Amino acid sequence: MPITYTSGEQVEVYRFSLPVTIGVPVLAVWLQSFLSLHFQFFTMFDLPLLVTIFFAMARRNPISGLVTGASIGLFQDALTHFPLGVYGIAKTIVGYGASSLGVKLDVENAGARFLVTLFFYVVHEIVYFTVARGMVNLTLHWSWSRELLSGLANAIVGVFLYFLLDRFKQRT
Amino acid sequence: MESVLSRYKNLIVLVVILFAQVLGLAVQVKRTSDTESSRLIRIWAVSAVTPFERAFNRVQNGTWNLWHNYFYLRGVRAENRALKQEIQQLRLEQVRESEDADQARRLQSLLGFKEQYIEKTLPAQVIGSSGSELSRSVFIDKGDKDGVRPDMAVITADGIVGKVLKTFRSTSTVLLIDDQSSGVGGILEKSRLQGIVRGTAGGEVVLERVMSDEEVKPGEQVLTSGGDRIFPKGLPVGMVTRVSPGQELFLNIRLRPAANLAKLEEVLVVTQVVDKQPEARAGSGVRAVDILAQRLPSVPDKPAEDPNNPNKVSETPEGSAKPGVAAATAPRAGAAKPSQGAPMNAQGLAETNITQGVETPRPEEAGNPGSPETAKPAANAKPALNPKTPAGAKTPGASGNTAPGSAAAGSAATGSATKPAGKPSTTATRPKATPPVSTEPPQDAPQ
Repeated sequence: MPITYTSGEQVEVYRFSLPVTIGVPVLAVWLQSFLSLHFQFFTMFDLPLLVTIFFAMARRNPISGLVTGASIGLFQDALTHFPLGVYGIAKTIVGYGASSLGVKLDVENAGARFLVTLFFYVVHEIVYFTVARGMVNLTLHWSWSRELLSGLANAIVGVFLYFLLDRFKQRT
Repeated sequence: MESVLSRYKNLIVLVVILFAQVLGLAVQVKRTSDTESSRLIRIWAVSAVTPFERAFNRVQNGTWNLWHNYFYLRGVRAENRALKQEIQQLRLEQVRESEDADQARRLQSLLGFKEQYIEKTLPAQVIGSSGSELSRSVFIDKGDKDGVRPDMAVITADGIVGKVLKTFRSTSTVLLIDDQSSGVGGILEKSRLQGIVRGTAGGEVVLERVMSDEEVKPGEQVLTSGGDRIFPKGLPVGMVTRVSPGQELFLNIRLRPAANLAKLEEVLVVTQVVDKQPEARAGSGVRAVDILAQRLPSVPDKPAEDPNNPNKVSETPEGSAKPGVAAATAPRAGAAKPSQGAPMNAQGLAETNITQGVETPRPEEAGNPGSPETAKPAANAKPALNPKTPAGAKTPGASGNTAPGSAAAGSAATGSATKPAGKPSTTATRPKATPPVSTEPPQDAPQ
C-alpha cells in the first residue's frame, strides 16, 4: 500500500467538533501535568505534542496546523515558570510541518504515523533547545541517545493515541 | 503582488506568528516580572487545568482514605505497640535534647541573639506539576485567598521543598529546589561550611561555592543557612551523596534532597516567620530521670535510722523517697531559690561569668556554702538515676541538681570536671536555668 499521494488521488481532509478541538488539547495538557507528578518517567512523553501532530495531519491545512500548535504550545508554556513562547514556537513549527507533510502522506498508515511522530519529536526538541538556550539562557544538555529513545517512546504511544483519536474525525 | 501573497500565504502566516512569539519572548526575558498579557494567559491556563486536578485529587484521596482507614487495618495493633515504644524512647531522647536546647537558648538570650522562628504554616495539597522535565515546579491547592504570597517557603516534615513562585486565586506555583533557577542558602551541618544549593538541568541538587580545599564527606547533612531570607535557618535540605573536584576552585557536591521531591503529596507553606530572641524556659518539664523512674520497678524504701535509737525508724520522709520521684515532685531547690545561690538576671537566670564561650561560676559563689537544702545530702538516699552518665559525671542532670553557688554546686561542678567530691546531692532537683558545668574548678571550691 503506497503511503504517498500522487496528483490524481483525492486527499481526505477531516474536521473536528468544537468540544473535541478544545477538550482534547486541554485533556492532553492536564494529563501531562497530572501524570508527571505521580510518575516521574512520564516526563519523557509529550502528549500535547502528539495531539498537535494528530490535529495538524488530519486537517491538512498549514495555517490551521500552526495555529493549533501555537495555541497548545502557549497553553503548555503557561504551566511552566519559563517565559511564554518556548513551547509555543516549537509547536508552531511542528504544527506547520506536520500539516504540510500530511498533504503528501497517507496519515492513516501506522508506519507513516510512527515515522512522522519520531521525526517531529526530534524537530520539536531541537527547536525547543535552541530557543531555550538562545533566548531564555537555560542550561541544557543535548543527548542524541536520550532524545531518540524518548522519540521512539512517543512514536509508539502516538500510534495508539492516533487510532483512538480517529474516532472523533468528521469528514468534510 | 496578490498572487505572491496568496501563493505564500501559509509561509507568511507562519513567519508572522513565529515573529510575534519571538518578540513576546524577548520582552518577557528582559522584564523580571510577568507582563499583563502573559499573566492573563497563565491565569487562563491554570484555571483551565487545576480544577480537574483538584477534583481528581479529592476523589483519589477519598478512595484511598476510605480503604486505609476503614477496611485495610491489618497490622495496626502491632504497629501501635511499636509506635508506643518508640514514643517512650523519643521522650527520653527529647528530654536530653531539650537540656542542650535550653542551654543554647539561655546563652542566646544572654547575648541578645535573635533567631528566625516559623510562626505559622499552612498545609496544602500538591495537585499538579508543570508537566515539563525542565521546569521543575508543582501546583498546590492554596492561593491568594488563603494568604499564600510569592517567596514563601514550602516545606515538609522531612525537609525543604521549594518556594512559592506565583500565586493565583486558589492555587500557587511552587518552584522546587531541584529546578535550575532555584537557589537556597545552605550550610553543612558538621563543618559549618556555607554554600548555595541549586538544581541542575538533569534534576539533581548540588551545593555550590564550597572551596576545593575544604573537606566534605558523603553522608553529611546540609541545612538551610537562613541567608536567603526565605527559608528559616536549620531546616534539613539534604544529604551529601558525592563530592568531586569542580570548576574554578570549587567542589562539586551532589545532594540527595531530604524531602522526596518526586512524590510530593502534602506540603506546608510557611506563612509567617518571626525574628525573636529565644527565651529560656522557666524550669518546668519532665526529666529523663523522672521518666525512667516511672518505668522502673519501685524499690522498697529503706527507712532512715534514728541516730539516737538505731532500732527506731525515723518517720520523716525526707531522704527516704526514691530520688527519681522526689525529683519529680519536690520543688526545684537549686533553681527555684536564687537568693540562696547565684544572683538572677532579668530573665530569672542564674548570672554567670562567660569567658570565651565557657560559663564559669563566680569564685565567691562557687565557694559559698549555699542553701541548707542543697548542702544537706540525705545519707541513705540513692543517687539520681541518669540513663547516660553516672552521678557526678558531666551532665546537666548531675550538675543541675544544685544551683550554682551552693556548696553542692561547688562540689558537683568541680567533681564533674575533675573528680567526684563526696556524695552527690539527691534532694535537690535539676534547675532548668542552671548554667553548664564549668571546665575549670573555682579556686576556693571545696575539693
